Amino acid sequence: MKGNGNTVISVRDLVVGFGETLVLDHLSLDVRAGEIMGVVGGSGAGKSVLLRTIIGLLPKRHGTIEVLGVDLDEADDAKRRALERRWGVLFQQGALFSSLTVLQNVQFPMRENLKLSQRLMDEMALAKLEMVGLTAADAEKFPAELSGGMTKRAALARALALDPEIVFLDEPTSGLDPISAGDFDALIKTLQRTLGLTVFMVTHDLESLYTVCDRVAALADGRIVAVGPMSTMLECTHPWVQTYFQGKRGGMLTKRVSPIETEAP
Amino acid sequence: MASDGSLLTTRFEDGRLELAGSGSWTAAHAAELESLVDRVSPDAKRAKNVSIDMGGVREFDTFGAWLLERLTRQWTALGGKAKIVGLPEHDRHLLEEMSAVNREAAPARPRTGAIISALASVGRGVTGVGRDLLTFANMFGAIGVAAVRVMSRPKDFRFTSAVHQLDRVCWQAVPIILLITFLIGGIIAQQGIFHFRKFGAELYAVDLVGILILREIGVLIVAIMVAGRSGSSYTAELGSMMMREEIDALRTMGFDPVEVLILPRVLVLLIAMPVLTFIGCMAALFGGGLVALLYGGMSPEIFISRLEEAISLTHFKVGMVKAPFMGLVIGVVACAEGLLVKGSAESLGLQTTASVVKSIFLVIVLDGLFAIFFASIGM
Repeated sequence: MKGNGNTVISVRDLVVGFGETLVLDHLSLDVRAGEIMGVVGGSGAGKSVLLRTIIGLLPKRHGTIEVLGVDLDEADDAKRRALERRWGVLFQQGALFSSLTVLQNVQFPMRENLKLSQRLMDEMALAKLEMVGLTAADAEKFPAELSGGMTKRAALARALALDPEIVFLDEPTSGLDPISAGDFDALIKTLQRTLGLTVFMVTHDLESLYTVCDRVAALADGRIVAVGPMSTMLECTHPWVQTYFQGKRGGMLTKRVSPIETEAP
Repeated sequence: MASDGSLLTTRFEDGRLELAGSGSWTAAHAAELESLVDRVSPDAKRAKNVSIDMGGVREFDTFGAWLLERLTRQWTALGGKAKIVGLPEHDRHLLEEMSAVNREAAPARPRTGAIISALASVGRGVTGVGRDLLTFANMFGAIGVAAVRVMSRPKDFRFTSAVHQLDRVCWQAVPIILLITFLIGGIIAQQGIFHFRKFGAELYAVDLVGILILREIGVLIVAIMVAGRSGSSYTAELGSMMMREEIDALRTMGFDPVEVLILPRVLVLLIAMPVLTFIGCMAALFGGGLVALLYGGMSPEIFISRLEEAISLTHFKVGMVKAPFMGLVIGVVACAEGLLVKGSAESLGLQTTASVVKSIFLVIVLDGLFAIFFASIGM
């Protein structure tokens, strides 16, 4: 389950800023193969900026990013495209194409990247939708007809369309009720186990950090101030991390994590 | 990632079918693998016993797992049994996951014949026209009610918003209106002079320019420009507000969106249309005069004195009276279409197009009705 421990995403000395403000200031982070890495941070701390920089949507000022052993700066177009096929991204609002049905949304990456028969594409898209908990009846709907939870599931199915090795999730449980959020967490865990995915997850949700993440990285002051399993977070002395995990809502976790940690072999 | 040799090799002996998979059973090779899998199925009918050795498979993902599942499902459906050996523990989980999916047949899409669907689309079109007219009437009524309500308490009128819209719709439209109508006036004058010259009746080109522009062309061109420029922006604005639930937010705060958003916009069009029409007509007459001078060799004095004889205040009034009505039509159509926008980006585009097409169509229909009306009252 933990994979072979190889580093699949390696961020070194990353600097990203807009105008005068520096959002990420010499940040370094490693993500290992097969793990679920959760990134936390206050609103505006740059979690989404980090994610968007890694997948190449935002320009960086300094530093290197290597994903699956490919340096994004040195890769030519063909290499980049090949790399982009090996990751899937779930955007915060789903970002489903509103003029296509759910089924067509999931088929879109297959249609563009692989030469498959229509039958196989239909079967695969329906299979992916079923894996994320949607039904064949939902497949014919348009994104505007879906609820928030269904949109996230459909977007996850699209992110998984090409069987990526890495999945980037931008606040996957935000806007979901606790039950749906819990289901979604369980779904991510199950998929990670069966498909052997590496998951890079930006989140605010303490519950998902606690239940699904193998390791957590805390982002504050433009850099990673703590990284490790939940127990490391609770021991960390950085003031922001302490407030976050020991605060009113985080405090509930302390009681729950400690006994579990001691039980662990 | 290249496949070494065949992904699937087949051996058929005394009713025993032995398959051996190798290489990468992944998305990248799914097409090749699918044809191999489909080629095997005829053999399956004759085979009593099937075994699949997956020991040689290096990479295995959901595409490979599904195709393997499809293969085994075919035999299970025929009552046979397929034995899969050599699959690593991890991949076995994946296969189990895939064996759970696609069990239910996808709901069959209702299929209708070409004739039926053609008839249906005609019917839908006809009811659509009726529904459009109802929507516009509804919007017209809502604007009327809002106007009456605002008149009873004028303080509630969104004056700032109206001034802002007036700046966008009227003031900023002046340059383009001037340019277009100037060119149209010039073109009409040139055509008139060119063709009337054959009869030596060049002077009548001035009548043509004056009457045509003041009565019909001036106001029509301006209305079409305003529909394309401001009507479309009204629809897009209100439509994106619908998409982001801003209009619902207004409503829940106890505001009437018609009163807050639509009334100032429509009222501004009522003011802007006559103003722009007047400016447009003057620019067109100027363009006509300039062409008459440069192309027809007609001095400005002759042009103006001929114009005085040819046109009367009636022609001017006929054109100007129509302007606010056209503004109203454009405003009502644009706002009604804006409120019909649904959640998708595509629907915003559709409604904006519909807004421009329908308002130009209705403006021309209205112009025709006015022509009948003015003819019967002798104007």
